[in-house]
Amino acid sequence: MPKITYIEHDGTEHVIDAELGTTVMNAALDNLVPGIDADCGGECSCATCHVMVDPAWTATVGGPGETEESMLDLNPERQDNSRLSCQIPVTDNLDGLVVQLPEFQF
Amino acid sequence: MSEAAEQVRMIDLDPETTPIEDIDVSQRELWSENKKWDWFRRLRKDAPVHFCQDSEAGPYWSVTRYADIMEVENNWQVFSSDPTIVIDDPDEDFELPMFIAMDPPKHDDQRKTVQGVVAPANLKVLESTIRSRVQNILDSLPVGETFNWVDRVSIELTTQMLATLFDFPFEDRRKLTRWSDVATGGPETGIVESEEQRREELYECLEYFQRLWAEREDTEGGNDLISMLAHGESTKDMDPQEYLGNLVLLIVGGNDTTRNSISGGVLALNENPGEYAKLRNNPAVIPNMVSEIIRWVTPLAHMRRTALSDYTLGGQEIKAGDKVVMWYVSGNRDETAIDRPDEFIIDRPRARQHLSFGFGVHRCMGNRLAEMQLRILWEEIQKRFHMVEVVGDPVRVPSNFVHGFTDLPVKLHPL
Repeated sequence: MPKITYIEHDGTEHVIDAELGTTVMNAALDNLVPGIDADCGGECSCATCHVMVDPAWTATVGGPGETEESMLDLNPERQDNSRLSCQIPVTDNLDGLVVQLPEFQF
Repeated sequence: MSEAAEQVRMIDLDPETTPIEDIDVSQRELWSENKKWDWFRRLRKDAPVHFCQDSEAGPYWSVTRYADIMEVENNWQVFSSDPTIVIDDPDEDFELPMFIAMDPPKHDDQRKTVQGVVAPANLKVLESTIRSRVQNILDSLPVGETFNWVDRVSIELTTQMLATLFDFPFEDRRKLTRWSDVATGGPETGIVESEEQRREELYECLEYFQRLWAEREDTEGGNDLISMLAHGESTKDMDPQEYLGNLVLLIVGGNDTTRNSISGGVLALNENPGEYAKLRNNPAVIPNMVSEIIRWVTPLAHMRRTALSDYTLGGQEIKAGDKVVMWYVSGNRDETAIDRPDEFIIDRPRARQHLSFGFGVHRCMGNRLAEMQLRILWEEIQKRFHMVEVVGDPVRVPSNFVHGFTDLPVKLHPL
């Protein structure tokens, strides 16, 4: 099971073992990582599962798709490395992934 | 308005046995009398994507299930918000362009101009102001006598908040309440006597805000909504009608909605004494309760889209040009998406998964402010009162869009 590290805005780290085939969003919810609201349940429709991908991982994870981009674009806290975690499937390639959580979900 | 629509009154019929094609859930009486629930249950069961041939607002599709509503929300390329997001068509000679009723990219540009004021970073700055306002309002209430909670708390709090966001002259703030009511209510609601009166009052609103715009357009750096519009690249050259349209959007969006969640929460806790007891025993449940209140109340009952091309939804053939109404009020009671949807459960798991804020690019921009106002209000109520007791019948707004209350008689019981 790939390890994923979520770093809260205050620096608190959560390292979890994610199931293959889930999403980075659901892995956080299943392991009670705080800071991800996931209001729409993973439909790319609310942008409340916003994460910033660690720069070392952006190439592996890739950028947002078209719908995801339209949701991220409306977030004033959006960064270059922003993604919606419901749109990142957990694969073997992501073992060791590090993502930062924003101070607020919006 | 057609004769047929006037002849068949839903309120006199049986929701279980009425032929499906005769059903019109938009009729005002169903809303003022709170009789719409069984009709929506019938539609969800027998015709979740349903065509109504004839209504006061003309023919329209009703989308009543959670998943189908999500499908419409997520496809703005087919389901356009232009020219309006309510079931009634706009008056051709009094159009009010506003960004909620636009599609990307113009929608996105205008929204981005103003949304910073209600983004969480700014809300953190506003929290202490909101809390002291809430404290003042609650401390000024009469204890032991009957009063209208809607007027003294729900309207007062949301109107003060709106005045702050606009940096609007505080002593004139009830003008905002009036303009909000006028904007959403035509002569049929009794709020105004004629369409002419409605327009006159909305032009007074425009004139007032044009003065504020003129005062602020030469000053850089203002972080109120009017300064943001006056300086924003996509909004600084709006014509007066578009300025008025966007003002109406911000006033109604910040006013009618949270107002009714404040009132509806009090009513729901009174109707569910076991839940009120849970709240007393565990104030930490408040953030979760706030989401459940917003689901339960669904302060805007619907949003409307207009199909730009033919589309098959739930097996039904929607044609280009058809009016499509997403009934949030029904999706939030959908038994196929929400566990025990007809129960008000303040510690419900996954309470944030509701449709009241909408989804997709038009998702409510003020949702975090709304939640914060409700959270602080309930934190402060619990510090003061054993119970806000509902002591008379609520009076409901006769609207299929604004889903809420004009009167809620209550009596306060101190701790």
